[in-house]
Amino acid sequence: MAYVAVKGGEQAIDNAHAWLARERRGDTAHPVLSVGQIEEQLGRSVDRVMAEGSLYDRELAALAIKQAQGDLIEAAFLLRAYRTTLPRFAHSNPVETATMRIERRVSAVFKDLPGGQILGPTYDYTHRLLDFGLMADEENCCDPGPASPATMEAMPRVPDILGNEGLLESDARIEQEPGDLTREPLTFPADRDVRLQALARGDEGFILGLGYSTQRGYGGSHPFAGEIRMGEVSVEIEPAELGFAIDIGDLVLTECQMVNQFKGSKTVPPQFTRGYGLIFGFGERKAMSMALVDRAMRAGELGEDVTAPAQNVEFVLYHSDNIEATGFVEHLKLPHYVDFQSELQNVRRMRESVE
Amino acid sequence: MKGYNFAYLDEQTKRMIRRGLLKAVAIPGHQVPFGSREMPLPYGWGTGGIQVTASILGSDDVLKVIDQGADDTTNAVSIRRFFARTAGVATTTATAEATVIQTRHRIPEKQLREDQIIVYQVPQPEPLFRLESSRVETKRMHGLSDYGLMHVKLYEDISRFGQISISYDYPVMVNERYLMSPSPIPAFDNPKMDMMPALQLFGAGREKRIYAIPPWTRVKSLDFDDHPFRTINASHPCGLCGATDSYLDEVVVDNHGGRLFVCSDTDHCAERRAAGHVGADGFREAAE
Repeated sequence: MAYVAVKGGEQAIDNAHAWLARERRGDTAHPVLSVGQIEEQLGRSVDRVMAEGSLYDRELAALAIKQAQGDLIEAAFLLRAYRTTLPRFAHSNPVETATMRIERRVSAVFKDLPGGQILGPTYDYTHRLLDFGLMADEENCCDPGPASPATMEAMPRVPDILGNEGLLESDARIEQEPGDLTREPLTFPADRDVRLQALARGDEGFILGLGYSTQRGYGGSHPFAGEIRMGEVSVEIEPAELGFAIDIGDLVLTECQMVNQFKGSKTVPPQFTRGYGLIFGFGERKAMSMALVDRAMRAGELGEDVTAPAQNVEFVLYHSDNIEATGFVEHLKLPHYVDFQSELQNVRRMRESVE
Repeated sequence: MKGYNFAYLDEQTKRMIRRGLLKAVAIPGHQVPFGSREMPLPYGWGTGGIQVTASILGSDDVLKVIDQGADDTTNAVSIRRFFARTAGVATTTATAEATVIQTRHRIPEKQLREDQIIVYQVPQPEPLFRLESSRVETKRMHGLSDYGLMHVKLYEDISRFGQISISYDYPVMVNERYLMSPSPIPAFDNPKMDMMPALQLFGAGREKRIYAIPPWTRVKSLDFDDHPFRTINASHPCGLCGATDSYLDEVVVDNHGGRLFVCSDTDHCAERRAAGHVGADGFREAAE
């Protein structure tokens, strides 16, 4: 018999890519899915890919989803690999979420508050019953009503309401430039700016699981959803040669402020502390989980015992990025003949020495 | 390639990586953190090696890429294509012709020269990670040259198995100062690192670390006086070229326990066969 060499890698890759292309297109009896359709009708997927891909561009995110056959981690990866080649023109001013054009705003700690509770386009109170009406290609489900009330009164953020009374810790003022994980490697101790960036880019499922674990006794912090808001904010840059800010566009963001119990310490009176979540698009689950994990990672700073996974900054930050995680987990399918061969010989030798 | 810089990365990024490489060469075996970029290939598939190669590649370089010693394994093909496409450099499978060799899991059998650079893909640059999971701790241990933990691990191996049970990614001491992961090459390849004439560069993309061994540097595999370092290899000659001094892959050839042992370094094997060397299975193959 002939030696079955692992030859033909080139041809195999070409064939695999051709197969993949056919597989991605699917049965040609069905019309091609347009990027615009994905952008408009799979908005939550687009939001997630933009958040984890760290690039706010709905059209490119939709393209990535199409190219990845709806595999959202693969789509985020495509977006990241594109993002990394883009030049950086400027830094924006911090966005001001207090002046967000609100589409949704709920607080779980006050029944009513200035600006009121706005449910917005939420799944929260839908009954999860499959709507067989959507099976029909032609939908006439929804009359195009007003998308969102155009004018609303100013909506102070709930933590600002609490903060006025001194019951909630105030935001630390940090003057230095925030860190950037996409330019500098992670180092420890990692400051909160870097931790928040890692969480905002992190995998929704991983952050969700960690956040959930804090609710089940692994580093609990008695959270209340102080406020969740979603809507559009303006992005401004201030070119040095101009000396004033110019508006360069809008982002949809979801922000979550968790309010957590804190018993106080020798120097600080009892007060509420906060966990913070902010992400691209409409991603409430992720923003809330992020706020829980952010607060959990502040255990050390607040003098609490660091015992649970969600409180272990090194553990959380090194394992939250799904592009890193998926690459390394899946690299196990690359050939390891050489290492396995050395292990085989090693085990054989060790067995010989026993026998 | 249209729309992208030479070898994919922009020049600022390459300069940043080259600064890291210079520091790494200046402190042999020391892990230098660098701002690893997202690459269009997945983490764990050679992004560190690719970034290092991209940063050092010039238009007149000749690139060889191997995985498991072979030029035609799928990931080696993919990376070679990446550079052929983004940098337009010449590629080769011949070890002697290459100026830059990117590798995963092997060092070529042929002795490398001073005018060559070998770039290793590294999954886990921290040699102590199985013994201490916190990088804050391991960084401190490297700073203090505190490698007792690893010596205890080797001692425990000997007391349990009568021998050191590490067969690949066998830890080495570089320039008598830093404990270093040689990347998951078989222990068989470790001696090739010692006093190698070529520059050895290591890139770990996901872990965001670079390290290096300058030419002609001492690299010692950890051992004890009474339990000296030993390499492991199959006790056969290569079935195709008859080589007795090369690292061998074991190929399962039938359903009856049949095995064929062949050189893992495909260029080495092909070159030997071209020179007329034939192994036992090579005769059989020719006869069929």
